[in-house]
Amino acid sequence: MNPIARFMRKLSILFRQERFASELDEEMTFHRTQVEEELIAGGMTPEAAHYAAMRQFGNASKLREQSHEVVAFRAETVVQDLRFALRQWTKNPGFASTAILILALGMGVSVAICGFVDAALLQPLPYANPERLMSVNESNVESPRWPLSYPDYLDWQRLNKSFSSLDVYSGSGYLLRTPSGALPVQGERVSGGFFKTLGVRPMLGRDFYPGENRPAGANVVLLSYGAWLRRFGGRRDVIGQTVDLDNASYTIIGVLPRTFTFAPSGNAEFWTPLNSFSTHEKMRTFYNFWGIGRLRDGVSVRGAAAETSAIAKQLQLQYGITGRTLSASIVPLYEVIVGDVRPILLTLLGGAGLLLLIACVNVASLVLVRSENRRREIAVRGALGATPARLVCQFVTESLLLAGFGSLTGALVAAGLMKLFARLVPKDMAANMPFLGGVALNAHTGAVTAAIALMAALLLAATPTLRLSFQKVRDGLAEGDRGHASRLWQRLGANMVIVELVVAVVLLAGAGLLGQSLYQLLHVPLGFDPNRLATVQVMASDRVYKSDEQTAGLRQEIARRVSSLPGVESVGLTSMLPVQCNCQIDSIQIQGRPSHGEHNDVDERHISPGYLPTLKARLVRGRLFTDADDASRPGVAMINQALARKFFPGEDPIGQRITDDEGGRPSAWEIVGVVDDVREGPLDVDIWPAEYFPINQTHDGYFSVVVRTRQDPVALLPLLASTLHQFDTNLGVSDEDTMSEQIDGTQAALLHRSSAWLVGGFAAVALVLGVVGLYGVIAYWVSRRTREIGVRMALGAQRSSVYSLVLRQAGWLTGTGLSIGMVCSVGASLLIRNLLFGVQAWDPVTLCCVAALLGLASMAASFLPARRAASVNPTDALRAE
Amino acid sequence: MVTRMAKKPDLLPGTLDMLILKTLTRTPLHGYGIALSIKRLSDDVLTVEEGSLYPALQRLLLHGWVKAEWKMTETNRRARFYTLTPAGRKQLGIEMSQFEQMIAAIGRVMSDAREA
Repeated sequence: MNPIARFMRKLSILFRQERFASELDEEMTFHRTQVEEELIAGGMTPEAAHYAAMRQFGNASKLREQSHEVVAFRAETVVQDLRFALRQWTKNPGFASTAILILALGMGVSVAICGFVDAALLQPLPYANPERLMSVNESNVESPRWPLSYPDYLDWQRLNKSFSSLDVYSGSGYLLRTPSGALPVQGERVSGGFFKTLGVRPMLGRDFYPGENRPAGANVVLLSYGAWLRRFGGRRDVIGQTVDLDNASYTIIGVLPRTFTFAPSGNAEFWTPLNSFSTHEKMRTFYNFWGIGRLRDGVSVRGAAAETSAIAKQLQLQYGITGRTLSASIVPLYEVIVGDVRPILLTLLGGAGLLLLIACVNVASLVLVRSENRRREIAVRGALGATPARLVCQFVTESLLLAGFGSLTGALVAAGLMKLFARLVPKDMAANMPFLGGVALNAHTGAVTAAIALMAALLLAATPTLRLSFQKVRDGLAEGDRGHASRLWQRLGANMVIVELVVAVVLLAGAGLLGQSLYQLLHVPLGFDPNRLATVQVMASDRVYKSDEQTAGLRQEIARRVSSLPGVESVGLTSMLPVQCNCQIDSIQIQGRPSHGEHNDVDERHISPGYLPTLKARLVRGRLFTDADDASRPGVAMINQALARKFFPGEDPIGQRITDDEGGRPSAWEIVGVVDDVREGPLDVDIWPAEYFPINQTHDGYFSVVVRTRQDPVALLPLLASTLHQFDTNLGVSDEDTMSEQIDGTQAALLHRSSAWLVGGFAAVALVLGVVGLYGVIAYWVSRRTREIGVRMALGAQRSSVYSLVLRQAGWLTGTGLSIGMVCSVGASLLIRNLLFGVQAWDPVTLCCVAALLGLASMAASFLPARRAASVNPTDALRAE
Repeated sequence: MVTRMAKKPDLLPGTLDMLILKTLTRTPLHGYGIALSIKRLSDDVLTVEEGSLYPALQRLLLHGWVKAEWKMTETNRRARFYTLTPAGRKQLGIEMSQFEQMIAAIGRVMSDAREA
């Protein structure tokens, strides 16, 4: 009765199986003897009685089995099956390890990519009700998302009824004073309600007080968790202490929670309230503040967009802003944060899915071939009395074991790949991808793993089971019989190989296109020579270098010291390095012309006279800047050809004047030179018009130094940084790097490179698996037809005709796979056209190369079995039967 | 694992355990003795298949309703004798009352059928 006692008894029997069996035997022998004696007593001969008793008893071993089943654990047969499966594997380790490896690879890659997709696209942002958070900005025809000006922000905040709160942020660099000198750090200036809007509360200390974000409010700062840990040793008593940022003292009022990240701000460590503004920032047309807002309940995104657009138009009319048509852009914050990575992640997910498919197909076909080879064994076991259920059970056990091992290895591979991929993302970019921290084997990815494992198990269990049920025991015993079963398998195997080849074509074509995009991207004309250029960022506090003369002196001294370093050819300074972004934009007018319409945003760069020669940019017309172009002289400008083409078509721009708003006062700049287009914006965007002003006629305390070296620029980097630091420990010196590395590290290059490499990797695996699959099918086909080939050869067929027989079969499969694959790959490439650059989705060169590569690989794979078929000795082939 | 127990149709399903327990109420018996006893007591109507008897005995052992020990028979042979345990006696009571209820129920249905 007691289940525990019953279990214990079963257990004790399990450990004394021998004794259990012998006792049962003895007991039954006794019984039989008694029956025999009884029959003899009834008048039978001893011999007849013996047989009668045996007949009455029936199959003794079956009886034993039945008794045993009563006391045996259900699991015992499972254990038996498992032991048998493992024995099979050790006998044939190639099969098991190949299958597990393929499965693990396919699963590992898919789960890893799923991990990224989950973390980036599915996990909610770490804010309260993140779905109600909107990125609220201006927009115009050219730039769909455009920052707000501070006065506009205040008006939007006052006038709108769609948002329960509206806040702005603006990136900012600070010079943090440390015992070892000044250190440039990232900060973010935010309006007072910023953290309340996000729904984030400091883990230590307090949020900003209402007064602190008004002009002349107290200098207070919130620390990011990372800054607190790294720079302040995670001490709880930092609250109330002061830090020196840009030579002003800020009181630390709180520490943000560890989970807090705000992707648009990257790694910002110091969060300060917006309470002091430069002259620019007070202007209505200085757009420098990005907005976030929390939608009121019941307000739709569209409703909010309509309302704020109306406000933007009203403000434009009211303040007579010309030059662009302003409206509002209301986008869920989520879109802004993950928008960039979505297409690439989805592409990778697609690729990984295809790889998983190909892996499953390959493993299934492996299992099929194996069950085919075990037909005889199955038939023998069936003839010895194994029920079909028992046989299926055995196969299912083997498949489950296979799937189990594969999945386990797959999970390990996935965990490893996730770590690897996350580490492959460069630090600068990782800062904008806060979700990377959440990529791991967690509940979601675990569930995906389990689901894939289950699917794989079902697939693997179903294939041989279906195969078995088609089979008659008799067919299996008659080995010579080539029944419909093997034809069925051939058809199934052929279809599987076609699927694999199609997938391989799609992935190869995708990889080819992405690779070409990357090549095109890295070879777009830059307009300068990026080799042997070293760069470094310099930040001088405007509290130390107060006047324009002081800053100009600083720049001159930096240029002088750097050019005297060994191996330096020339030095140039710029407000922003090329190939970074189309930011620092100016809105210009041409003097003497009526307003030119709305399309007059140009890149604005402030450069030293030596900058363009250092880049080796080509001067097209006019002259370069000289040291004489300083603050005491009237403003001069250089323009690029794009600007010349756009604003001065068929005219000589030299001598014309550009006007703009410089810090609230209108300024005019006489164009003195035209330079060939230097790529200021990202690699994958058309060249924008650009204007260059002499750095000495502006007042930047923040600039990049560009150095042309005679030898490898990497060697110069440490010396460059230490020279600048020795010159003035209060200078912020950062990001020393070569120009080539800077370009390689841009978002566009990284996105294209990572997608090309990853899809390329997938494609390589798919190619190998597909070709191996083809080889398997052809080899199997040949082995099944050895006899037929023997007969053909005995009847006089030439070796060449045997070759063509086999190759025709392979060619048919490859051809079908290729043609379906081509159609599919054009479709798939259209889906990823956002990632393509300078190449069409149906690029014939790529498709031809893919076809040639796959065709050659397939021919190579089928040549081996063809040669085996052609070298069949007719006598042997016939005798083997 | 699918098991098919070959049972003679003339034995009411589910009654074998009860019959075995009942035969053991008077004296411990070996397997052959149990089969013989059931056959005799039922006037040769009920025969217990060996294929059912030994699995059933193992089941009873497992539940702790009988105990087994090796003893010598009158003819001086070694045989496994089964003895009813107190738990077995209780189980017999339960099974008997269930059986009687069922027989009574079947009887009621059958007599009703006869009247109709």
